[in-house]
Amino acid sequence: MKRPAWKHRGILPGFWPAFSYSVLYLTLIVLIPLSAVFLRAATAGWPRMWRTISSPRVVAAFKVSFGASLAAALASVAIGFVIAWAIVRYEFPGKSIVDALVDIPFALPTAVAGISLTTLYAPNGWLGRWLEPFGIKVAFTPLGIVIALIFIGLPFVIRSLQPVLEDADHEVEEAAFSLGARRWQVFRLVLFPAIRPALLTGFALAFARGLGEYGSVVFISGNLPMKTEIAPLLIIAKLEQYDYAGATAIAVAMLLASFLMLLAVNIVQGRSRRFTETGLS
Amino acid sequence: MNARRRIADSEPRLLRWSIISLAIALTILFIVLPLAAVFIQAFNKGWSFWLAAISETNARSAIELSLLVTAIAVPLNVVFGLAAAWTIARFRFKGRDILLTLIDIPFGVSPVVSGLIFVLVFGAQGWLGPWLADRDIQIVFAVPGIVLATVFVTFPFVARELIPLMQAQGSSEEEAAIALGATGWQMFRRVTLPNIKWGLLYGVVLCTARALGEFGAVSVVSGHIRGLTNTIPLHVEILYNEYNYTAAFAVASLLSVVAVITLGLKKLLEWKTREVGS
Repeated sequence: MKRPAWKHRGILPGFWPAFSYSVLYLTLIVLIPLSAVFLRAATAGWPRMWRTISSPRVVAAFKVSFGASLAAALASVAIGFVIAWAIVRYEFPGKSIVDALVDIPFALPTAVAGISLTTLYAPNGWLGRWLEPFGIKVAFTPLGIVIALIFIGLPFVIRSLQPVLEDADHEVEEAAFSLGARRWQVFRLVLFPAIRPALLTGFALAFARGLGEYGSVVFISGNLPMKTEIAPLLIIAKLEQYDYAGATAIAVAMLLASFLMLLAVNIVQGRSRRFTETGLS
Repeated sequence: MNARRRIADSEPRLLRWSIISLAIALTILFIVLPLAAVFIQAFNKGWSFWLAAISETNARSAIELSLLVTAIAVPLNVVFGLAAAWTIARFRFKGRDILLTLIDIPFGVSPVVSGLIFVLVFGAQGWLGPWLADRDIQIVFAVPGIVLATVFVTFPFVARELIPLMQAQGSSEEEAAIALGATGWQMFRRVTLPNIKWGLLYGVVLCTARALGEFGAVSVVSGHIRGLTNTIPLHVEILYNEYNYTAAFAVASLLSVVAVITLGLKKLLEWKTREVGS
C-alpha cells in the first residue's frame, strides 16, 4: 500500500459495488436494529430508565454480573498465563493437542457448555462430589457463574498472550541472565513489561464477554433473584413481562459497559503499538 | 538451537516440568472435561437411546430448523464478508477504520441484547409491529426473527477471517490480472478466490458452527414453540429443564461434533498455509 490511493482505486475494479453493498448490509442488519435500543431508551425517558436500573433486583443482578465477570477474568488471566507459557516456551508431548483444545470454548455452543458444566459441578457430579465434603458448593451459587465464565474467557486470554510470548525477544532475556539477573528478576523486569498489554487485552476481552454471557451461565447459576441472577437473564425476564422499556434500560447499561471495555482494549493496544514502534526507531 | 530453546534448557527440569504438568492439568480440568462430559453423558444409556433421542420428532424438526436458518445466514454473511474484505483490504478510503470497527460490533454485544434489538424493531410493541400486524406478517417469535438474530450474531465471522488474509497477500496478483486484460469476474474467480479459499472455508465453518449453536439471541426471538420455532440448542434446553438429561446430552453431542470438526479444520488450515508458506 505504498502507492497513492487513487492509483489503487484506478486499477482494481469493484470498489463502489463492494463498498455500497457492505455499508448497506451493515446498516440494515447491525446499525438500524442496534439504534432501536437507544431510540427506545430516549423515548422512554431517563427518569423511567433510571428507575429500572436502580431497582434493587437490577442492581443486584449487575453486581453479580460484574463481580463474577471480574473474578472469572482474573482467574482466566492466571490460568491462561500458565497454559500459554507452557505452549509457547516448552516442548512436550501433546503440545499441539493442548494448543488446539484451547479453542474449544470458542467453538462449543454456550448452552452445551452450560449443561455440561452444571452436570460436572452438581453436588453429585464428577467434580462436585469431590468438592462437597469440603463444603464447597459450585453449581447454583455465584462460584458456578465464575466457573462458567472462566471456561468462556480462557481462550481470549491465551490467544492474546501467545503471539506476544512468541515474539518476546529471547536475546534480551539471555543478556539479562548473562549480566547476572536472577530468573525472577528477568521475568519481572524484562518479560512482564513486554506481555503486560497482552495480559490487559486478554483480561478486558474475557471481562467484556463475561458481562454479556448467557447460555453457559443460566444452567449453572440457578437464577435466584438477588443472589445468582445475571443481568442478561433479567432482560429476558422483563421481556417475558412485556416490560420493553425495562429490558431496554438494562440492555443500554450493558451495551455502554461493553463498549467502554472494548474502547479500553483499543487504547491499551494503541499504546503498546506506539511503545513498540518508538522502541524500534 | 535458538534462544528460546537455550533458555528453556537452562531452567531447572523440576520447574519446567511442574509448569508443563500444571498447564496440562488445567487444560483437562477447565476445557477437556466439559467437552468429554457431553459425549459420556450422551451415551450413558447406549447407542439406541442416543439414536432415538436425536431422531424423535421434535429433535428432527429442531435439526431441520437449525439447518434451514444456517443455510440462509451463512451465504448472506459470505457475500457480505467478500464485499467487505474486498473494500477494506484492497482500497484506501475515508472511513475505512470506522467500517472495520463497525463490523466487529456484533462480537461486543451480549447475545441476549442481540435478540432484544429485533424484538424492539419487529415485536408487537416495536417500530414496525403495528404495520406488520396489519399485514399479518410475523417476524419475531417466528422463523424470520430467528434468521435475523442468527445473521446478526454471525455477521463478522467471514469478513474477520478474510480481511487480514487479503491484506497480508497484497493486491499485486490481482492488479496483474486486470492489467493483462481480465474482467473483474475472471480476476475474482481465477486469482482472488483460489488465494483466499482456505481462509474463506474457515470463515464459513466458524459462521456455520455459531449459526447452529447460537442460543441467547435465538432464545429471545424464538418464542420456544416446539416443533415450530425450536432450534437445536433450544431443544437441548427444553430437554434439560425437563430432567431428560441423557436426551439433552445426546442432542448436544451433535453440536459438540460440529465444534470438534471446526477445530480439526482450523488445524488443517494452519498446516496448509504453513505448507504454502515454506
